Amino acid sequence: MTVELQVAWTTVCPFDRLQPERGVAALLGEVQVALVRTLDGTVHAIGNVDPFSGAAVLSRGIVGDRGGVPTIASPVYKQAFDLRTGVCLDDPDVSVPTYPVRVTDGAVEVGLP
Amino acid sequence: MTKDLLVVGNGMVGHRLVQAVRDRDTADTWRITVIGEETRAAYDRVALSSYVDGVSEEELTLPELGVTQHFGDPVVHIDRNAHTVSTAAGLEFHYDALVLATGSVPFVPPVPGKDLPNCFVYRTLDDLDAITAAAAGAMASGRPGRRSAVVVGGGLLGLEAARALRLLGLSPQVVEIAPRLMPVQVDEGGGALLRRLVETEDLQVRCGVSVTGITEDRGRLVAGLSDGVELDADVVVFSAGIRPADGLARATGLAVGERGGVLVDDRCRTRDEAIWAVGEVAALEGRTYGLVAPGYAMAEVVADRLLGGRATMVAAEIDMSTQLKMLGVDVASFGDAHATTQNALEVVVNDPVAGTYAKLVVSDDARTLLGGVLVGDASKYGTLRALVGQPLPADPVALIAPGGVDLGADALPDSAQICTCNAVTKGAICSAIDGGAHDVPAIKACTRAGTSCGSCVPTLKKLLAQQGVVVSKAVCEHFDQSRAELFEIVAGTGIRTFSELVARYGRGRGCDLCKPAVASILASLGTGHVHDGEQATLQDTNDHFLANLQRNGTYSVVPRIPGGEITPEGLITIGEVARDFGLYTKITGGQRIDMFGARVEQLPAIWRRLVDAGFESGHAYGKSLRTVKSCVGSTWCRYGVQDSVGLAVALELRYRGLRAPHKFKSGVSGCARECAEARSKDFGIIATDIGWNLYVGGNGGFTPRHAELLASDLDTETLVKIIDRFLMFYIRSADRLQRTAAWIEAMDGGLDHLRAVIVDDSLGICADLEAAMDAHVGNYADEWRGVLEDEEKLSRFVSFVNAPDTPDPMVRTRRERGQPVPVGMPEVRR
Repeated sequence: MTVELQVAWTTVCPFDRLQPERGVAALLGEVQVALVRTLDGTVHAIGNVDPFSGAAVLSRGIVGDRGGVPTIASPVYKQAFDLRTGVCLDDPDVSVPTYPVRVTDGAVEVGLP
Repeated sequence: MTKDLLVVGNGMVGHRLVQAVRDRDTADTWRITVIGEETRAAYDRVALSSYVDGVSEEELTLPELGVTQHFGDPVVHIDRNAHTVSTAAGLEFHYDALVLATGSVPFVPPVPGKDLPNCFVYRTLDDLDAITAAAAGAMASGRPGRRSAVVVGGGLLGLEAARALRLLGLSPQVVEIAPRLMPVQVDEGGGALLRRLVETEDLQVRCGVSVTGITEDRGRLVAGLSDGVELDADVVVFSAGIRPADGLARATGLAVGERGGVLVDDRCRTRDEAIWAVGEVAALEGRTYGLVAPGYAMAEVVADRLLGGRATMVAAEIDMSTQLKMLGVDVASFGDAHATTQNALEVVVNDPVAGTYAKLVVSDDARTLLGGVLVGDASKYGTLRALVGQPLPADPVALIAPGGVDLGADALPDSAQICTCNAVTKGAICSAIDGGAHDVPAIKACTRAGTSCGSCVPTLKKLLAQQGVVVSKAVCEHFDQSRAELFEIVAGTGIRTFSELVARYGRGRGCDLCKPAVASILASLGTGHVHDGEQATLQDTNDHFLANLQRNGTYSVVPRIPGGEITPEGLITIGEVARDFGLYTKITGGQRIDMFGARVEQLPAIWRRLVDAGFESGHAYGKSLRTVKSCVGSTWCRYGVQDSVGLAVALELRYRGLRAPHKFKSGVSGCARECAEARSKDFGIIATDIGWNLYVGGNGGFTPRHAELLASDLDTETLVKIIDRFLMFYIRSADRLQRTAAWIEAMDGGLDHLRAVIVDDSLGICADLEAAMDAHVGNYADEWRGVLEDEEKLSRFVSFVNAPDTPDPMVRTRRERGQPVPVGMPEVRR
């Protein structure tokens, strides 16, 4: 039996509002999400709270890659997170949540459970 | 059974002896007691003069060795039968072995008036304290004209004394009885050039005359010379040589040499089996040695003997080579510098235009190098000295001629001594490198090479290179190039985007190491606002929001306050802004005001207020100039000799916004009291009576460094030119996050090379560096004003893309001492 995850989609901003390789923060209820558009147009959404410092700042990190893995680096203590999985590459025991993203009619939508 | 080792004398050699015994005496055979006449712990007397430059007593102090110490109470009697010594204070100490390491006392010629007030010797920190106080007293007197000093003796110490006196603001006159300066180290030709290079308006030299007497005249001193000349002086310093401090040995009946010093055999033992002597007090084969290296060698021999070894000291092998920088002039002398070997031949290359003199002394068949003298350029000293006694690898003229043979370290045999201070051979260094010592600090740690005078460090680097040790300077996984190479690529190719640079010269999409580095390079090259186009994505969060990220995700705001000078209206504006936006305020170390707790979406409104009131970005967030700190200077201060605030303001405005590999700071002090702490800055300026002294390479932080003197008595225009060159050369050639001190240290040739490049223009790039700085100054625009005038840039300053003005709900504050501070932050996991 397959359990369908109930996902509530929220429109956040126009796709064009996202500058390639630069994150923005979005507020979905009480949840803070970091949205990142990579150079190829993929949009990633991960938790905005940096687990190392506790500050809601991950969206302000530098976007790049490590060994081909798309990453964002925490602006506080510089740990890199895999944008696809939320796993910290410098400490794989630590991760941040990831959220589904889709672009509909030029608008970015983020799904919350 | 534990025995008593008593060391009398607490100088560098006594300290080395104790260290050597402690290192090897694993069985704890010896219980060591050190008795010293000076009240201070042992210090680096070779570096004594640096004390005047501001190096502290703590920095000069040698490491504590954990033995019993008894200082400030000289030994006055040795009872050789009872094996005891007694001190002036009446204490008695037993010994099984006694080592005399009492060193020397300054020789003062027996002229009338030598004991008058303001007559000094130059030997101890206490002497320097007294000279400094006397110089300050002379400077403080209201009399017009320059204050002057007479230095009796133009040897190594005399020239050091002259330099120190000049730093203290006096104009020294050096009187040397020999026909040339530094007669022990250099020959006639070298001495003549040395004199020409060191003599300036405020430092005069008189050779071939002696001082016949000192008299007092209306509160000053007058030194009479043998040629009838009389010199006015506020201070007289005797530095006419040293004599072994052998009084104790004489009194106890130990044999002494004809010219003083306790006679010792090749074990450094006196005629009494239980008494040894090392350093300047010891006369080996009747001769004493006034350098630290032979003293260290003696200390090692005695330590070895005390522990049952068979080491010996061979007088013929004692290396009297010296290399030093005297008043900005390189002087080196090695081996048989005065060609005393029978039938020795001298080969001289004397270039008065370039200001260099080089002489090699070779054997009569011109096959073996015996010694030499170098003045003006001593860069070949390391290799040449190591070749003494070895077959010449090339024609002697070619070895010293400009553009001649450049000997690599591979030309040296394994037996050649690279570090003479610590007697370390090339073979020992190479095996340390093979054993895994892959940088200079590692070589220093395992061989001691380069830990004393440091003159062999360039050779150590060459040996590392020769052994194939390559240190990767690649910025990160995306670029194999160093930051300096990337700078050259960007400057040379005209590439102006990261995407193009990484596509053509790197791989992948970059990271938090290379992106800010490239952003900094682009900014240094004047490519417009740091948020223009793709550049915005390269900036780390501080440069992205033009503010400093704090631990709770808010930012601090620092408007520029050039030189720390601010009007009451400016202070009121800052106070009102902080109050209205609920910010915590604190005065920074850089003489400005930091406002903490600003949220991203508040920054434009805060800056609108500040910019309207005439403030601009302080670049506290950037790898760029922070502040030019200043003391209040001659405008207000009773002691100030120059307008330090005016210069600080001008410099801060000139270099504001200049991006560099690391943040950098500056300071300007209006007199030698140095209230602006300029010597703790990347470039610091201290006023002199006639101009400015420029110091470079200082910093606080993890590894505090004092800045070192780069050039002295500069007029303001020249000063600014040299700083322009310094900063641009740094920006072009330093590694990522390499501060100026580390950059200078890593440079082949260090500060001397830096001076050659940016003062003497040895690479011919100074005009280019100045033009680059002029371009920066001409293109400067306030970054915050740039944001406020551009809707697209402003649009990034939102808390949430879908709720632009909603404050981050995680930011909460409480009040502490009347101000808001962050609350609710978890323990930091790192």
